[in-house]
Amino acid sequence: MKAAIILFPGSNRERDALRAVERIAKAKPSLVWHGDHALPAGTDLAVLPGGFSYGDYLRCGAIAARAPIMDAVRAHAGRGGLVLGICNGFQILVEAGLLPGVLVRNANLRFICRMQHLSVERVDTPFTSRYAKGQIIKLAIAHGEGNYIADAETIARIEGEGRVAFRYCDARAGREGNANPNGSVNDIAGIYSDGFNVLGLMPHPENLIDPLVGGTDGRGLFESLAGFTIAVHTTPSFGRSC
Amino acid sequence: MKARVVVTLKDGILDPQGNAIEGALKSLGIAGIDSVRQGKIFEIELATNDPIAAEGLLRGACEKLLANQVVEDFEVELR
Repeated sequence: MKAAIILFPGSNRERDALRAVERIAKAKPSLVWHGDHALPAGTDLAVLPGGFSYGDYLRCGAIAARAPIMDAVRAHAGRGGLVLGICNGFQILVEAGLLPGVLVRNANLRFICRMQHLSVERVDTPFTSRYAKGQIIKLAIAHGEGNYIADAETIARIEGEGRVAFRYCDARAGREGNANPNGSVNDIAGIYSDGFNVLGLMPHPENLIDPLVGGTDGRGLFESLAGFTIAVHTTPSFGRSC
Repeated sequence: MKARVVVTLKDGILDPQGNAIEGALKSLGIAGIDSVRQGKIFEIELATNDPIAAEGLLRGACEKLLANQVVEDFEVELR
C-alpha cells in the first residue's frame, strides 16, 4: 500500500500519522506538500493529519480545504481511493465538502485534551475491520472545535445509512453525563462518506499505537487498512472501480 | 469601492461564544440584553466601481470561502 500524508502549513501530527501508517498499516508513506497538484502515482491512502492548518484562521480547516492538493484528494476519493482525516484533517474534509456537516466550537468553549472512550459502530469498513462490533476503545482527543453539527435532514441521512464511524461514550458504553466531551450531535466522533472510503474523526488513533504512550487502541484502525489493501490486491473484483 | 461582508450563524445554530458573551455582559450589570450572537465582519477594498460586478464578486467570495453555508449566512454591503 502507498500512503500520502498531506502537509499543510500548521499541520503538526504528520510525523505521528506517518509512523502509524508505516509501522502498523505497513504502507510506504510519503509527505505531500499542500501546494502540489497531484498525489504520487499509485497512492492508495491519503491522510490529512491533525494540527492547526493556517492557524485555524477564518474557520478551522477552511483555508486548507481550498489548497491545490485538495482537488487531487477529491479526485482520489471519487475513484474510491481511501482518505483518512484526523482532527484538523476531519475539519478540512468537511470544509472541502468531502464529508457532510461541520465542526464548531466545543459546547463548553474549552480546548479539550484528554483520553476518551469511543464505541466502534461498524466493523465492515476498510478502517475498522480489525475491531469487534460495539468494541469500546480509548483514544486521545485534543481539540477546541470538535462539536459536530449538521441539519436534521443530514443527520437523519447519515444515521440511516450507517455512516457514523465512532461515538463518544464512557468506559461501559454509556452515553450519559459527560461521556460526550464537546456537544456533538448524537455523540458523533467520526463519520464516513457514502462510499465508506473516506473517514473523518476527531480522536487520534495514530497516537495510540505503542504501549509506551499509554495504549494501543489506535492500532486496529491501521491494521484494518493493512488488511484492506491485501483484500484489494488479492481480489481484483473487490473495491475500487478505477 | 469598499465593501463590508457580514457573516452570521444561521438561526437555530447553537452559538456557545455568543452565549458566553451574553453571560459576561449580564454579569457586568448591563441590563436589557435578551440575547447575543457572534459573527464576523470583513472589510474589503475592490478594484471595481461597478456595484453589480462588486455584488457578484463578493457573493462568489462568500460562497467559496468566507461563509460556510452549512451553518452561516452572509450579507454584502457596498459603500
